[in-house]
Amino acid sequence: MRQAVFRRPEIGDDNEMLRARLHAIWETAPGLKGWLGTVDHKEIGIRYIITAFVLLALGGIEALVIRLQLAGPDLHLLTPEQYNEFFSTHGMTMIFLYASPILSGFSNYLWPLLLGSRDMAFPRMNAFSYWVFLGSAIFLYSGFLVGAGPNDGWFNYVPFAEKDYNPGFNQDFYSLGMIFLGISTTVGAANFIVTAFKTRAPGMSINRIPIMIWGTLTASAANLVVVPAVSLAFFLLWMDRQFGTDFFQPAGGGQPLLWQHLFWIFGHPWVYAIVLPAMGMVSDGLPVFCRRPLVGHSLVALATVSVMILGFGVWVHHMFATGLPGLSLSFFSGASIIITFPSAVTVFAWIATIWLGRPVITTAFLYFASMILLFVIGGVSGFMTASVPVDWQLTDTYFVVAHIHYVLIGINVFPVVGATYFWFPKMTGKLMDERLGRWGFWTMFAGFNIGFLPMHLTGLLGMPRRIWTYPAGMGWSTLNLVTTLGSFLFAVGILIFFFNVIKSLRSGAPAGANPWGGSSLEWSVSSPPPPYNFAVIPTVASRHPLWEEALDESVARTSLTRGMTLDQGKEALHTSPMDAEPERIVATPEDNVAPFLLTVAMMVLFYGMLLKLWIVIGLGGLGCFAALLMWLWPRRNLLERAPPDRKEPVHG
Amino acid sequence: MSGATPLGYLSSAGSRAATIVPLTWYVLIVSILVCVIIGALVWIGVRRSHSSGGAAETSAAAVARNGNGIRWIWIGVVLTAIPLAIALVWTVGALASVAGSPRRPDLLLDVTAHQWWWEVKYHGDTPSDTFATANEIHIPVGRKVLVRLHGGDVIHSFWVPKLTGKTDAIPGQENATWLEAAGPGIYRGQCTEYCGLEHAKMGFEVIAQPAAAFERWRTAQLQTAPPPATPAQARGLALVQFRCGMCHAVRGTTAASHYGPDLTHLMSRRKIAAATLPNNPGALSGWIQNPQATKPGALMPDQHLSGQQLADLRAYLETLK
Repeated sequence: MRQAVFRRPEIGDDNEMLRARLHAIWETAPGLKGWLGTVDHKEIGIRYIITAFVLLALGGIEALVIRLQLAGPDLHLLTPEQYNEFFSTHGMTMIFLYASPILSGFSNYLWPLLLGSRDMAFPRMNAFSYWVFLGSAIFLYSGFLVGAGPNDGWFNYVPFAEKDYNPGFNQDFYSLGMIFLGISTTVGAANFIVTAFKTRAPGMSINRIPIMIWGTLTASAANLVVVPAVSLAFFLLWMDRQFGTDFFQPAGGGQPLLWQHLFWIFGHPWVYAIVLPAMGMVSDGLPVFCRRPLVGHSLVALATVSVMILGFGVWVHHMFATGLPGLSLSFFSGASIIITFPSAVTVFAWIATIWLGRPVITTAFLYFASMILLFVIGGVSGFMTASVPVDWQLTDTYFVVAHIHYVLIGINVFPVVGATYFWFPKMTGKLMDERLGRWGFWTMFAGFNIGFLPMHLTGLLGMPRRIWTYPAGMGWSTLNLVTTLGSFLFAVGILIFFFNVIKSLRSGAPAGANPWGGSSLEWSVSSPPPPYNFAVIPTVASRHPLWEEALDESVARTSLTRGMTLDQGKEALHTSPMDAEPERIVATPEDNVAPFLLTVAMMVLFYGMLLKLWIVIGLGGLGCFAALLMWLWPRRNLLERAPPDRKEPVHG
Repeated sequence: MSGATPLGYLSSAGSRAATIVPLTWYVLIVSILVCVIIGALVWIGVRRSHSSGGAAETSAAAVARNGNGIRWIWIGVVLTAIPLAIALVWTVGALASVAGSPRRPDLLLDVTAHQWWWEVKYHGDTPSDTFATANEIHIPVGRKVLVRLHGGDVIHSFWVPKLTGKTDAIPGQENATWLEAAGPGIYRGQCTEYCGLEHAKMGFEVIAQPAAAFERWRTAQLQTAPPPATPAQARGLALVQFRCGMCHAVRGTTAASHYGPDLTHLMSRRKIAAATLPNNPGALSGWIQNPQATKPGALMPDQHLSGQQLADLRAYLETLK
């Protein structure tokens, strides 16, 4: 429904008075209430990033323990129970609690700045998605800490995950935790989609948005479609376990393969959801250091979307050995091979950008450029597993372990660390130490490849995955030792990175607004940005607002200092989905503790479900109801504003 | 034994795996070439311009814009298309030649995967020609063997890399795979779907023999257990019937449970505990007395037999050739 703008927005110039006024309107209140109630996307983004990095460290420690156990044949450092819990928790942590949230964190922080707006479309939902992420991480880890973490892999195939074979609380923690986390993902995805289509600055038509927006947007669209599938699957599993239903139990007419379909129709697109935004970071960051725009911007955007669409059609390639009919195998094999094309478009766009530019080698650039190679290594091993007969040999061996780590570390961790070097100055106002950065990069790069490249060979020599020990004489011993050593070196590289973050936070050189000479809108505001982001809403005239002078290709110029002031309260501008024409002014919510309280109530509810204590479930439910009531209670500041009465004084 | 890497699949010993090996090499070599080429392009691209520096230098450098570079993308995509098209056609072809089960197999086996061992049933022409073994599959060389897979409890995956790729054994459904060994030999197999605590130690062996030797083996396996010849063996048999018979079967005795492996010809097997231990008296005693030491979580409980009982039991078990 198209609505007219209720009032003509005031056009004004960026000046100190305006800034002071906006500051008073947008600043988060001090104290605990402000801390728990903030809806500022920058604050939420940073919380996401820090939480995800803490979980990366936890998952990394688990990985190192696993690698010690596998360092040589017939070792008994861990019991099989411990090993299984460690590898399952490692997978769950890295995939669900690090890889996706870290990207949500960067996107949360950067999106409104990239889009030229003041906040996300639904700031309270944004806060809620963070709290739920934190709550579900605590929920899942509370299981691990009491010795009941997931122990049947992050993919937890039935019937092994059923109560008959897995009677402990392990799987219940995991099932309920995943349903809980799914709420965060869904809410976040909806928020990103609406933000992308409704809150862009005037003039930022759909063809002018950065690739990172495309990455997170397509990932969010995918999440919105597939997360319900997996939440449902986990719910059905929980029902099977608690109430004796037979969704997945063959004895009662259930189908074990149903689980795999529900899981992988989520699980495969999810892989793209945790790499496409990171690829977007590279697509936006790399050109800055190459000192030229990305080659084939539109093609890369198109490729991003096509990868996601094709990504829906390939989930069966996780199930080639399950006895599905040959025709369906051929189809999914073909689809999995064809997905290489859009990926190739992106890779060659990056390479052309490097070749046709004049790269300045910084630490961030090193991470972005090395990611291209790691992306290709992870990609070609994916192409190998796409061929069904070959996959019958490769699957469930360490070759696939190598593949998934090249994908997740190569296409997620490397870009994320690069992005941290790139945007840290924006977030903190300080530059990260370049010298330490080089050391960290080369340690990480060497450690990663020493650790994971030989793993391909271990897999080709037939080492199955998820085995807690292996006999000597299989040809795997030396390779495993090398992998263990490499993984420790890699961990040292990560530690150097963390150390650099802390050191630079304390004593980094001042960054200034635009230390790298970046081209997008976030570099036009101070570092760190003020709570309101932009004093006046920019009016965008090209893809590279800050490079217009240097590129000198358009007649029109982006206006950064004169535009809509929107200072009658906490206001945001909504624009049209395609052309970003101003549509209306909306009020955005003040800080509110309801999202936090709702999350706490939900945690009570989930613990009640875990323990099947109806009284706790009831209390949690009541708490949720109360928190929702508080959240949804009609308030004037949420209504679209009427034309202002000029005589009435404006309260800051 | 087949070389230093019993589970390596870049070399094969049977027709089904052999069809896959050249395709594997093809995709592997293409992949390595792609990595080398892209790596070189990135490396040279970066080395071409030597400006190395931090923030100051980056922002000072001019924003240049020479050439639009779109043709890089087109050339790249076209070059990518060629090996991909070959791979696709080859894949579909290879799939067609190995996917279907042989219509008239020379031998039919029913393999049921359990936590954590393999039950192998050989079908004869009559019910009395049918027998079961565990963890060791004998097949005649050069014959097509159809294997029907059943999931006994959770999902497992049947894999003999030198002979055939993986096929899952899923409860409630029957999957099929087939084997054909090109020459005599012992080929290691392994469960490759995570199935619980001892997933790591769920191996088996496929022993390919010339047809005549296979027939002799088969005839021997059809025999029931011999009666005990000494008092010690008799006491051992009593123990087997009383204790082991809760889970195991020894044909020709009253031990007839099929919860665990059939022990009728236990001593004819090369290995015990799902190809984890060699089948010698020491390992066997250790396994009976304390299975949890070798395979923590194994469903076989500790037996806590006295020294005399163990000696009697072994005296009997050693007659099960």
